[in-house]
Amino acid sequence: MSTATAPVDTTPSGVSRGIMILVVGALVLAVALLAGPRFGVVLLIGLGFGLTLEGFRFGFTGPWRRMILERDASGLIAQLICIGIVALAAFPLLAANGAELKGAHAPIGLAMIGGAFVFGAAMQVVLGCGSGTLVNAGSGNAVGAVALPFFAIGSFGGAYHLSWWTSLGSLPVVALEGTQGLMITLAGLAAVAVLALLVGVKGSHRLPRRYWGAILVLAGLAILHLMVAGQPWGVVYGLGLWVAKGVVAMGGDLSGSAFWAAPGNAAQVQASLLTDITSLTDLGLIGGAALMAWWRAGLASPVGKLPARAWLAVIVAGLVLGYSSRLAFGCNIGAFFSGIGTGSAHGWVWFVAAFAGSWVGIRLRPVLGLEAKR
Amino acid sequence: MIRRSVTLLVALGVVGLLALDHAQSQPLNPYTAPPLLALGSGLAATGGHCAAPPPPAQ
Repeated sequence: MSTATAPVDTTPSGVSRGIMILVVGALVLAVALLAGPRFGVVLLIGLGFGLTLEGFRFGFTGPWRRMILERDASGLIAQLICIGIVALAAFPLLAANGAELKGAHAPIGLAMIGGAFVFGAAMQVVLGCGSGTLVNAGSGNAVGAVALPFFAIGSFGGAYHLSWWTSLGSLPVVALEGTQGLMITLAGLAAVAVLALLVGVKGSHRLPRRYWGAILVLAGLAILHLMVAGQPWGVVYGLGLWVAKGVVAMGGDLSGSAFWAAPGNAAQVQASLLTDITSLTDLGLIGGAALMAWWRAGLASPVGKLPARAWLAVIVAGLVLGYSSRLAFGCNIGAFFSGIGTGSAHGWVWFVAAFAGSWVGIRLRPVLGLEAKR
Repeated sequence: MIRRSVTLLVALGVVGLLALDHAQSQPLNPYTAPPLLALGSGLAATGGHCAAPPPPAQ
């Protein structure tokens, strides 16, 4: 007689899935009714981002790691194509509606470059960038879940000191605009793609079908986000805001920070999170990833065990991710994806610095006990 | 521990965050909310974004 037990099927039934869709729909409707229709739609877009990234197993950190370690350029090329599609829509939208829509335009500076380099290293340590950490946390990845609160604390701290860091040396904001700016951006993206193909292994140009799905859906959602919210997709502002609200709730005073005392940010600290664009997309990313993981019965697998020093490294990396992403004026989403997609020169500099940092971060993982030494 | 436990803990954290926010923030008023689409609204975008340049140091 066999004592082996059959694996338990945890796939949700059709009824469970139907109920879940109704619950999520009701939550989105509640936000739209209580906070306003724009905020309900932004939450829905955030859920779409989470469903897409988890559903197509697409991200930013993994493809960079594969490019560096295996010279597999396919994921990086998929990112570049996605940014190119966003740029095709965003440039004319921004040119024609500059008063209503704004790009992710930030200045290039010493702290910005250093922040992007450090961010690139830290994101490889936890295998999650801004969106990746949220998606990982939502889909039950313990490293992402532990890193997330520290990412938020770091983001608050980085924003608190941002004006000082920027005063160390910063150029005026440089943003490519109009048809000429779009052509330069597309040429730049194509040049990086060609370079990646030349460096990459044979066959890197053949993108898996799931990448094409992710490219098209992500680009569509990002363009919709710009039209609905008036600003491109971003992640880290919202995380810092969550901690700023906590600090104020505990009696803290933010008037010592030029950033948090600025009228717009001070007002947002007082206002509901359900009226903050990046908070809503961040919550949507967590929720969408959780929903997709549950839908595919992916929540029953065990959480991997790590040594204590690895968990300590995750906590420190989380803090560093948050702090450095504020100095860098964004993470992979706010700076790389949205920055380049809306013409900001800082997005290109961010890409180079963060990619160099990734090279370091990949080599740190075995040292910190997060993976076996190669 | 399985991934479901981690996801539930994260969900609890999100619920706690929203509860804390509800307790301390100004009440929501959908009648003063911006229009559904920023595009074509005639209003300037004012939301916080990580790429927004900071105010000068104090």
